[in-house]
Amino acid sequence: MKTILLDHGSGGRASQELIGELFLRYLDNPILHRLEDSAVLESQTGRLAFSTDSYVVDPIFFPGGNIGELAVNGTINDLAMRGANPLCLSLGLILEEGLPVADLEKIIASIAEATKAAGVPVVTGDTKVVPRGKADKIFINTSGIGVVEPDCEITADRAREGDRIILSGSLADHGITILTRRAGLEVTGELKSDTMALHTLVGQLTRELPGAVHTLRDPTRGGLAPSLSEIAAAANLCMVLAEPAIPVRPTVAAACELMGLDPLYLANEGKCVALVAAERADEVLALMRSTREGSEAAIIGQVTAEYPGRVVLKTAIGGERLVEPLSGEPLPRIC
Amino acid sequence: MKYVDEFRDPELVGSLAAELDAVVSRPVRVMEVCGTHTMSIFRHGLRSLLPEELQLISGPGCPVCVTSAGHVDAFISMAQLDNVIIATFGDLIRVPGTHSSLDRVRADGARVEVVYSPMDGLTLAGSNPDKTVVFLGVGFETTCPGIAATILEASRRRLDNFCVFSAGKIMPPPLRALMQDPELSIDGLLCPGHVSIITGTGAYRFLADEFGISCVVSGFEPTDVLRALIMLVRQINEGRADVENAYSRVVTEEGNKQARAILDTVFELEDTPWRGLGVIARSGFGIREEFAPWDAVKKLDIIVQDVPEPKGCRCGDILKGLCLPPDCPVYGKRCTPLNPIGPCMVSSEGTCAAYYKYTM
Repeated sequence: MKTILLDHGSGGRASQELIGELFLRYLDNPILHRLEDSAVLESQTGRLAFSTDSYVVDPIFFPGGNIGELAVNGTINDLAMRGANPLCLSLGLILEEGLPVADLEKIIASIAEATKAAGVPVVTGDTKVVPRGKADKIFINTSGIGVVEPDCEITADRAREGDRIILSGSLADHGITILTRRAGLEVTGELKSDTMALHTLVGQLTRELPGAVHTLRDPTRGGLAPSLSEIAAAANLCMVLAEPAIPVRPTVAAACELMGLDPLYLANEGKCVALVAAERADEVLALMRSTREGSEAAIIGQVTAEYPGRVVLKTAIGGERLVEPLSGEPLPRIC
Repeated sequence: MKYVDEFRDPELVGSLAAELDAVVSRPVRVMEVCGTHTMSIFRHGLRSLLPEELQLISGPGCPVCVTSAGHVDAFISMAQLDNVIIATFGDLIRVPGTHSSLDRVRADGARVEVVYSPMDGLTLAGSNPDKTVVFLGVGFETTCPGIAATILEASRRRLDNFCVFSAGKIMPPPLRALMQDPELSIDGLLCPGHVSIITGTGAYRFLADEFGISCVVSGFEPTDVLRALIMLVRQINEGRADVENAYSRVVTEEGNKQARAILDTVFELEDTPWRGLGVIARSGFGIREEFAPWDAVKKLDIIVQDVPEPKGCRCGDILKGLCLPPDCPVYGKRCTPLNPIGPCMVSSEGTCAAYYKYTM
């Protein structure tokens, strides 16, 4: 097997070979191993969280990760943002005919590593192969199921006036890494994706500081600005950000400056923004900072009633302006 | 970030803002000519720090905004030709022509590639020998030397599947046209920083001498803009009309002669349409006859149509500083960044987009 052929998606012998030699070799677990039409999970008590996401990133390999671990961490994080403890994932692959098997293997290996590290197995999967040109190398869909503890309520409309806005780490690392790669720009200094699962961090927060976190979002595609705009709209409150408090790595800031992009609108794949009761903000921040995922967490603003439904930025120079949700893909400027 | 943070120092900004507040003693109307100024002023929330009596009006210095609908239609019709790849700067992608935009025809199968330098167009041409790559040459004196250098390089390499559609423009003629407009009332001009690197401050001398307008060339960081505004208001207060330079770390009196020589080698000035301002004599960069093989208009036989401005849109008046975006009947209603009607809404540096994005 050197390249993916249409046969690998036919359901015949080539498909079996791919499943046996590649998928099971890396992803094997008792449920997946049965290769039945669906996975049957032991009965769970409590409320279930269910989420799905598709991954079409180009390039598929980038500094700091690849499309595979992105697909694992992304769906785990979507579950975690509702306070759910993720149980398992599905993995759907759409492969373009001609994809080097070595590339697929690298991706599956990193999916295996990410699921193992997260303790969230892939329990069911599917593979399709489409003719060359009908897809771009590989598209991945993952869905995930998680369990939410009975007293855990984390939703956008629970944001309250006075809440502090805490960001779990530096902004825009993933987005700028992908965009500079795509543009073929060589930026000196280290730019790499922040792809990372956040369910352990969230689990610690909900267990150790129950009720402190009102709202959680992972500011993925579109970045922090649209995430906060959604919360502002749902809660009919104003999110006021302090620009100097927002952690952005110097290299990321420089690359954004160079390309005319705003870090508030670039994707993150391993960060969450938490709205936290004011009186518990210090505890939440301290707990976050004690973890690997949240070691650079910072309070970046607070919730007010000033401009309901809006996000406002207090700029580094002491000015004030609106942060609009997002209009289309960020475009590089002429001059 | 070194060489950036110094110019965004909150204490320095605070003291400059206080100084500006002290010098503004009556209503003053200042036009910032350049789109990058407009964006910087909004992005840093500088407006919220300015004295109330100082009114900033955004001028015609956003290259995407002033590109005529006829030119955009021509870009689109080239994109729809078989075997053509369009290479363009990103912010042209969503600009509306009469019936479509580059991103819509791309969705219908046209090949439109976003590039970061005109030279990337040569690379595209090299890797697609069976296609013709057309670079959309939009920009002012700042951007056009790079486009000229690309045409020279294409000619040196005898690359026959690359050409440029030149819609490049120069800044002084529209400023002259604006000054001659009896409706316009402004006290001073914040002159563009990047353009001035090429043209030198001498290019604005006529504004002071012939029209008695106070001019200050400004950089783009918050402290640059504030310092330039202080100098400008002082000039206005003293009744002086001079061209002063508040961006002397990169701008000189005579500008970049080498870049201007490259412009002159490749381009000649021709009459060209400006969105909102109409046709302005000798304000556009046309490609000289000796470089005709790299001129998309000649190579692909393109005719640029005269297209009326979209109905209801007041971009023209906004570019002239005659009204503010909220005064336009379609602003924020039918015309938003997602569905722009006028060019001032679509470019990230357009006045309407800046208002829409950053004003509470």
